[in-house]
Order: sequence, then structure tokens, then C-alpha cells
Amino acid sequence: MTDISNHNTRWGSTKAKANLARRKRSQWVLQGLGIGALSIAFLMLFLLVSSLVSTGWQAFTQTHIKMQFAVSAEKVNPDNIAAANWRGLVQDAMVVALPGMEPDEARKMAGILSNAAQFRLRDMVVANPSLIGQTVEMTVPTSDPYDQLNKGLIDRNTPEVNRRLKDPEIAAFDTLTADGRITKPLNTALITNADSRFPELAGLKGALMGSFYALLTCFLLAFPIGIGAAIYLEEFAPKNKISDFIEININNLAAVPSVVFGLLGLAVFLNWFGMPRSAPFVGGLVLALMTLPTIIIATRAALKAVPPSIREAALGLGASRQQVVFHHVLPLAMPGILTGTIIGLAQALGETAPLLLIGMNAFITAAPGSPFDSSTALPTQIFIWADSPERGFVSRTSAAILVLLGFLVTMNAVAIYLRSRFERKW
Amino acid sequence: MTLFAFGLLLAVSLFGFLLNRQAALSIRAGGQALHSLPQFHGGFSALLIFVPAFVVLILWLTLQGNVINAMILSGLPADAMTGLESGQRQLVMAEIAQLSRGLTFGTPEDWKIAASERLITLRATSSWLMLAVLAAITAAMLVFARKRVASEFRARQGVEGIINGLMIACSVVAILTTAGIVLSLVFESARFFSMVPLSEFLFGTNWEPQIPMRADQVAGAGAFGWLPVILGTMVITTIAMLVAVPIGLFSAIYLNEFASAGVRKVAKPLLEILAGVPTVVYGFFAVLTVAPALRESASAWGIVMSPNTALAAGGVMAIMLIPFISSFADDALSAVPQSLRDGSLALGATRSETVLKVLFPAAIPGIVGGILLAMSRAIGETMIVVMAAGLIATMTINPLDSVTTVTVQIVTLLIGDTSFDNPKTLAAFALGLMLFIVTLVINVFALRIVRKYREVYD
Repeated sequence: MTDISNHNTRWGSTKAKANLARRKRSQWVLQGLGIGALSIAFLMLFLLVSSLVSTGWQAFTQTHIKMQFAVSAEKVNPDNIAAANWRGLVQDAMVVALPGMEPDEARKMAGILSNAAQFRLRDMVVANPSLIGQTVEMTVPTSDPYDQLNKGLIDRNTPEVNRRLKDPEIAAFDTLTADGRITKPLNTALITNADSRFPELAGLKGALMGSFYALLTCFLLAFPIGIGAAIYLEEFAPKNKISDFIEININNLAAVPSVVFGLLGLAVFLNWFGMPRSAPFVGGLVLALMTLPTIIIATRAALKAVPPSIREAALGLGASRQQVVFHHVLPLAMPGILTGTIIGLAQALGETAPLLLIGMNAFITAAPGSPFDSSTALPTQIFIWADSPERGFVSRTSAAILVLLGFLVTMNAVAIYLRSRFERKW
Repeated sequence: MTLFAFGLLLAVSLFGFLLNRQAALSIRAGGQALHSLPQFHGGFSALLIFVPAFVVLILWLTLQGNVINAMILSGLPADAMTGLESGQRQLVMAEIAQLSRGLTFGTPEDWKIAASERLITLRATSSWLMLAVLAAITAAMLVFARKRVASEFRARQGVEGIINGLMIACSVVAILTTAGIVLSLVFESARFFSMVPLSEFLFGTNWEPQIPMRADQVAGAGAFGWLPVILGTMVITTIAMLVAVPIGLFSAIYLNEFASAGVRKVAKPLLEILAGVPTVVYGFFAVLTVAPALRESASAWGIVMSPNTALAAGGVMAIMLIPFISSFADDALSAVPQSLRDGSLALGATRSETVLKVLFPAAIPGIVGGILLAMSRAIGETMIVVMAAGLIATMTINPLDSVTTVTVQIVTLLIGDTSFDNPKTLAAFALGLMLFIVTLVINVFALRIVRKYREVYD
């Protein structure tokens, strides 16, 4: 650059041309670097989504098997139905289903069925004792290894020693498949079941309810408190050291690591106040404290966007300052406030670390009936499943993540819709 | 009982509203002028009844558990709890609580049964007492508010005063939260430092928080030097920043200066998606995809890599930080006045020269602020490292090794049942305090830089 600003420069000279070419090249390099950087970012996004979808989609179906169980009167005592050998009945059904096998071998194949089969059969007969003496047909999930086999996740060509299922087991499963007993319907249990140690039975109901209660608590607390604080700071607070201090405080609070909020919840809510561990209510309290700065900042921005002429007109007509705010400014700012709130709640829904510290990673096999029952939440359930050694939990984890991302996308889409539909340009 | 109390509170408030409004209306019907509209008289009564009673109710519900527990404890036989550790004490209290619910395991001692009966009576007393106190407050407020109704009473000012007070209370919640964080961290850390000297924590190079659970158990004595833990945090943060800063900056420069409006419209929301992905998802991605891929490519080169390599955790953390850095840099570049850009281009500089020699220097404070905020986020990031980084603290800066971080240690020390009387649990709070201080200093510094810089061109 300094060369060519010299007025002795001859523009047509090779030196000047070379210089220009170099400068143009550096332009292309910078542009190329930018495109490269963006491509890396998008490649990572693509990898993330595709690895989740490719492992997760399998969990949206579940291999089921249709079996006939002979509930014979000599094996089930009508006076004490629950005490019968239900496991034995399931094994007997397998002997019938696999006529080509030695009965003793066929009994061992009861492992094809999920562990839940015997209990479902028992509950069914307990509920309806007239079934004793009849043959009950039931469709139950298969256990995890056979589910994997049916989905092609177990390679039949690997040597038998390294395979989770041995040759006779695969042969038995193939016989059952040939008999038309095996189906692969939509896995509704993923939504309707609570957690379980067995992948084929594990579902998200408890986690979904837990997250719902926690978000509800979070919303009921953070929304009114956040709006109240924002209105005061934006419209009424005198400009002095105290309101400056509160403002700096809120900005810093927004950047405090989430795990620190977990420590706060553990020390204050659980240890000092003696609130119950693992309860969605306490999770919601902690999430509310985390979401509060987001809502306050968004609300203040929305209030700021309402033009002063609205306030002046209302004041001029004799409204009090509070009437100005609550009758005119707040309704006009509501779309912006709601957008900010939904985005804050979406962040809260994905937050994991603080919930871990207050114990929402417990193993709980029943969905919570109230915000005070022990429960997990969606992100902590993902964490638990990701830590589980069973193969079947890998695809369940991905599926749970897809469910979580589905909720997040929906919430953000609603926020974007609200913004585009109701936002006014003054 | 609690639901009934809330219902009662709402009903009385509504009654107070209607009563006062009716009274105001009848004054108006009598031919007198009112200072405030009738609904303000009603609202005054409703707020006066609801607010104090609600506060009392919430306080009662949060504190009654502790008070009842203390009363049960003091009522136990003198020798029942001596020599028991806090975990065993909790077990005894849990057993008493279960007895009170009618769940009996084995044959409990007589004093436990007596305590559980006391618990039942105390709970019932507390409920009735709460209801009585509530009734007294609401009734007093109802009468008080009704007496205030008069033609010249400034009910609107009264209502607005109460609402103003409520809004101030809302603003104070933010301060209370910060105070709660600081107090809980300092309080628990102080207990930790009474067991482990501060100098050992700050300068020790050995972090082995395993301590014996019982006195006769053979286990490590426990070492609490945080240097290897903070070193691991620094290793992972450095890896993340080394990857994220160039990618974030170059994409911001491209989007701001070179990309067409159409590209920007697509690319920016896509980048925002990366920022909205929950960190537990990134953690799973690191374990499921990135770490195995890195290990395979490393072994193809003949390099031995730990399964929990810092590279995987740091790399995935970088993906999370890219949109953060890029949007801060984008904002900073956009805030540079158009005149600087035009001036540079008019002098014959190419676009890249304009960006690198004119815009970038002008935007550098904002960019540095953003990078610092991203760094504080990387230091405080928890789930990615909990899932993808290691648990053992080693003094190493080799990115191929497994390192642990402050946040990993906090979570692993506190997961599961915790009792607050051993250095293992309290160490997590000491680490939390350090984490809070470090991130706070970086944040305050970064926010100051960003704000100062914005003032220059506004």
C-alpha cells in the first residue's frame, strides 16, 4: 500500500501489477477463511444432528412378540393368583411356540421376552380371574438384545464368541419371526412408560412430567417477578446508585455458571430450608432464579421499544404513571416479553447441571403425581441413560434428545411466530 | 390443608374487594363524590388482605419443617443421639417420619414411637395454628380496610403504593439471589477451610477427595489441592478457545463484510441453533461420536490417546462457543460507523484491508469482551466435561491425556446422597466459590470493556 501511494509509481509496471495481485489474493484468502469457518460450524451442526438421528430413529420402534400363554387351572390357584409361578408359565409358552426344540432348551429361550411379560400376564389374570383355564394371547416387547437383532444392530456374521446372542438363540428368534409372531410397531412406551432398568421398558413419562412441573414452577415464579422487576427498573426506579447496583447485579447473574445455581439450591433450599430432594418444585425454583435475568433483560428491552409518545399521550389524558404502564405500555410490550420468556424457558428446559445437584438424577420408576414427588427431568434422564451400559440405551438416549430438541424447536418457533406476528415497528 | 389455606386467602381477598367496592358505591349513591374509583377501594382491601397473609403463609410453609424437626430432636431422650454422625441422625429422623406415616419396619424402640406420635400432633397443631394465624390476619386487614372507605380516602394512591412496593420487592429478588449464592458458598467453604487449611487447598498439587466413610475403613486420607483441577480446566478451556475463536471471528467477518443478505439470512439462524442446543446434548455427542472418532484417527497415526481425552471435551465445547463469539464479533463490527468503512474503501483499500486494518482495530474492545465472556462460559461449562472429560486430577497439560475440571469435581462430589459435615462434600462448595470468583472477575471485566467501547461511537 505504501508503495503505490508513492507518486513516482508507474501503474502499468510489473511491480505495481504484482502488488495489486497480492492484495486481491489476500482478499480471496480472507473470504475463503470465512467460508471455511462457516462450513466447519455447519458441518458440526450436520454431524450432531445426523449422529443423533442415525442412532435415535431406531428407538421410535420396538420389537414386539405375540405369544399364547396357557393359564392352566392346576398351575394358578384362584385363591392366591399372584403367587403362581408366572415365570414358569412364560417358559411353558415358549416350549409351545418352539416345537422344534428340546423343551429344556426352549425354556431358556424365555429370555427373548421382556422381563415384564410375566408381570403383565399376572396383572391381567389378577384383574380378570375368569381367564384361568384359558389361553391368553398377548403381545409383549422382546428383550433388548433381540430388539437389536431385529433392527439389524447385531451383526450375524461376527464370530459367535464375540456376539451377544449365540447361534441357537438367533435360530429360535428366526423361527418365531417365520411364524409371524414378531412385529415392530411404533414405540409408544417411549412416552407412556416411566424409567426402567430394562431398555425395552424404559420411557420418558416421568422425565416429561418432571420437566413439566419444573417448568411450570419456573414460569409461575419467574414471569411475574421478572416483569415486576423490569417494570420497576425501567419505568419507576430513580437513577441512583442502588438501581445501578441492581442492574449490574442482574447482568452478572445472567453470566453466573449454571452449576453455581445448583450449589445455591443444594445449600439453601435442600440443606437450610429442608425441602425434598429430587423434587421438580425445587428444580423449578432454581431454574426460576436462573431464568429471571433473561426475562428481566428481555422485558426491559420490550418496554424500551414502546415509544415515549404513548406514555405522554396517556399522561396527558390524566392517567397516573402506573395506569400509563399497566394500561398502555405493558400490553404493547407483551409480545416482546412473551418472546423473551419463551426463550428463557427453552433454556431452562435444557439446563442439566443444577438439576443434578439437587438430586433430579435419581432412578425413579414412577411418574411424579405432584411437583413435590421425586422425579427426573428430560435433560437429567438423558444424562442417566447416556451413562447406562446397556446397548439399548444408546438409541434411547438419542431418541430422548430428539424429543427434547423437538420441544426446544417448537418453543423457539412459537417465539419467532409471536415476534413476527405481533411485533410493531413504530 | 395448605390448599385450603390458599383457597381461604383468595376467598377473603375477593370478599374484601367486593365489600369495599360496595361501600364506595353506596357512598357515591348517597350523593358524595369519591376521590378514587370504587374498584380502587376494592383493590386496596384485596391487596391489604392478600399480601401480608400470603407472605406469612409462604414463610410458615418453608420454615415449619425445620422448626418441627428441631422440636422433635429436643424432645428425644438425652442419650438417643449422642455419638451418632449426621448421616445416622438423618436416618433416625427419616425412620420417625415413616413411623408417623404408619410404615413400620421391624420393631422400633419405644422412644421412636413416642417421637413419631409427637410428630403427628406437632404437624396437626402447626396446620391448625397456621390456619388460625391466617384467619386472624385476614380478618384484621378486612376490618381495617373497610374502615378506611370514605369519600376523601385516596385509595388509588394506596393501591399504587402497594404495587410499587411489590415491584421493588421483585427487583430485590435479583440481589437476594446473588446474596444467597455468595452466602451459601462462603458459609460452606468456611466450614471446609476449618477442616482443610486454605494454603493446602490453594497451593496443593494433589487432588484426591476420597475419604473414609467410617472411622475403621481403609481409604486414602484425602488430599485437597486444587491446582491440578484448575490446570485441567485451563487445558480444556484453552483447547476450546483455540478452536472457537478463529472459527467464530472468521465467520463473523465473512457474514458482516462479504456475505450477501440472502446468505446472512440463512447462516445466522443456523449458527443460533448451535447456541440453543442444550449442553447435555453436546456431552452425549462428544461421547458418542467425537471421542471415538478422535481415538481411531489417533491410533491410525500410532498415537495413544486416553478415552476421556481433553481434546474431545474441548473440541465439542468449541462448537458450543462458536455462535457466541461470532455474534459478539458481528455486533462489534456492525457497531463501527459506516463512515470509517466508506473512508477506507474510498482511499482505495480492498475490502480485506478495510476489515483487517480499519474495522478490526476499531472493533477490538467489543471482540475481546465477547471472547472473555466466552471464556468464562467455557470455565463454568459443566455437562460437556462431566460426560466427556475424566475424573482423575493429574498435573498435565498434554491435551491427549484425560484431565478433570472444577465443574466435573463439583458434580461428582455432590451426586448422590450428601451430608454436610465432611470435607468431601464441602470441598465442592470451596471449588464452587473459586469458580464463582473467577467467572465473576472475568464477567465484570468483559462487561466493562463491552460497555465502555459502545459509548465511544454512540
